Amino acid sequence: MAKVQERKLNDLLITGDQTYSSIDSSVDRLILNQKLHGKGWNILFLIGISLTGLLGLSIFWLLYQGIGIWGNNVPSAWGFDIINFVWWIGIGHAGTLISAILLLMRQQWRNSINRFAEAMTIFAVMCAGLYPILHTGRPWNAYWLFPYPNILAMWPQFRSPLMWDVAAVSTYFSVSAVFWFVGLIPDFATLRDKSTNKYGKVIFATLAMGWRGSNQHWHRYEQMYLLLAGLSTPLVLSVHSIVSFDFAISIVPGWNVTVFPPYFVAGAVFAGFAMVMTWGIPIRKAYKLQHLITDRHIDWMCKITLATGLIVFYGYLLEIFYSWYSGNFYEFKLLMKTRFTGPYAPMYWLLIFCNGIAPQIFWIPKYRRNEKVIMFICFLISVGMWLERFVIIPMSLTNNYLPSSDKMYYPSFWDVAMFAGTMGLFITLMMLFIRFLPVINIFEVKDLFYKMGGKKEIVEEVGANS
Amino acid sequence: MAHDWSDPSGLWGLVGEFEKPEDLMKAAEAAKHKGFRKMDAYSPFPIHGLSEAIGFRDNRVPWTVFIFGITGVTIGYSLQYYTAVIDYPMNVGGRPLNSVPAFIPVAYEATILCAAFSAAIGMFVYNKLPKPYHPIFNTKNFDRATQDRFFLAVEAEDPAYDAKVIEKVMKENGAVEVSECDY
Repeated sequence: MAKVQERKLNDLLITGDQTYSSIDSSVDRLILNQKLHGKGWNILFLIGISLTGLLGLSIFWLLYQGIGIWGNNVPSAWGFDIINFVWWIGIGHAGTLISAILLLMRQQWRNSINRFAEAMTIFAVMCAGLYPILHTGRPWNAYWLFPYPNILAMWPQFRSPLMWDVAAVSTYFSVSAVFWFVGLIPDFATLRDKSTNKYGKVIFATLAMGWRGSNQHWHRYEQMYLLLAGLSTPLVLSVHSIVSFDFAISIVPGWNVTVFPPYFVAGAVFAGFAMVMTWGIPIRKAYKLQHLITDRHIDWMCKITLATGLIVFYGYLLEIFYSWYSGNFYEFKLLMKTRFTGPYAPMYWLLIFCNGIAPQIFWIPKYRRNEKVIMFICFLISVGMWLERFVIIPMSLTNNYLPSSDKMYYPSFWDVAMFAGTMGLFITLMMLFIRFLPVINIFEVKDLFYKMGGKKEIVEEVGANS
Repeated sequence: MAHDWSDPSGLWGLVGEFEKPEDLMKAAEAAKHKGFRKMDAYSPFPIHGLSEAIGFRDNRVPWTVFIFGITGVTIGYSLQYYTAVIDYPMNVGGRPLNSVPAFIPVAYEATILCAAFSAAIGMFVYNKLPKPYHPIFNTKNFDRATQDRFFLAVEAEDPAYDAKVIEKVMKENGAVEVSECDY
């Protein structure tokens, strides 16, 4: 009996012999004990900060020279900038999915992964936001995108999907940041009370804003949290739908497809979950958090990745079907001459392999628990999702209605430098986040612990029924 | 009766410390039945059913969000209507000036933006946060209220305040410590 019990418990979301304070200290020791961060942290931070320097350099050179330093050319006016914008935005989506949609669906296992997934969202949207702003060519005039009374007596064109994009992405960033910050307040209070360092105490006391865990406060806090989740859910679905409208509203072959919005959203969640695992697995290993981010979490995330991956794959198949079924010559020509064959064909087939075929390994339970396999598949998915945007953007733009559009797109050194730079920015921000903010939502994990394991009888019930 | 802040001392209330959320819940329920009203519980995480046990109800946050959501959609749509129909009419592909389908995304995002910000700001305003000082922080062991202990406080301002009765109720329901808390 005892043995069965143990196995069931290990299958739960919090393992080992835990108490409220052991949960506290397993998370906040990352902040309160700065000596915990060793060589690995230093190396990654150094890589991140160097690449961020490269980002600064490429932005400087871009502003000095103009966007001619990029590989964008006339048929392909969108290149790496928009590919990377869509890629980063997509990565962000898993954070909101985990924090909002899973909350609404009462998937309490999200409690231990939502914090760093949300952090990832915010950092990814920051990286994404750089691209369209710099792509305007004169970023100091980027405020022209917003409606404000001006002496030119002009207003933005709200019928354009690009304006919808401005509204969607800026709203998404602001709401995600608010959601993240209010989620941190009770944890700041815990850190305030546990911190022994004078500076730590002052900083966390300021951030906690006098949070005292009052029931009246929790009451309104819970109402707000649920409402924010309810508002973020349609928001996250709308953001990537609107990003896909940038393409789907136009008449460019390969873009004018009604399947784009759902397939973009699924792709975003797919890429995002892959990124959550890419960070989650090393973090839980390096900081010994396996008792809070358990194999069960990883297993479920793999399943979501598999499910969304299948939706994405269905999108690819539907694109093939529509290009034939539409009877549109240019759509069919794009499919046969640019995607299936032609100079870019290897990228298309690599995309099908990375996003369509490789994730199918998650059907086998054994591989959903094998960290090395998961990390490798997640890497393939990130590559695949990047290729998807490459297939959509330059491949359609260089195969258009006019013969004059038949031209190749090649990225320049600065395109690659800037992409590496935003990755560096992302790594830097994540590293700082791990070191100075709680990577796991402490109060929600305690709530989960109370509901699942804090009360012994419930543990036994769950153990007996599952 | 508000506290006279010119007097730095004075009794704020009686605070009981509990080890388990279940005990806190029982004590809160019992104290409510004894007729105490000015009381509040303090816990490291939200406990469902505790508001009902204490007898606390407040729906101002959801209503605020609803009102600001409506405001957001109104502002979002009328901004587009004003700019595209009244102030700067421009014929785009022969579409009507008031292009309803094309105006939905921005109106929608404006709704979400207003509603989400009002939810967060509303929570702060109604909770009277930020509040750097509160008498409850003087309670012994209170730094554990954000960690692993659960507290129930009855304020001295409660008309039914009676330290002996409160202490008895708390002790009966498993309080590990009951202490007085000063301003």
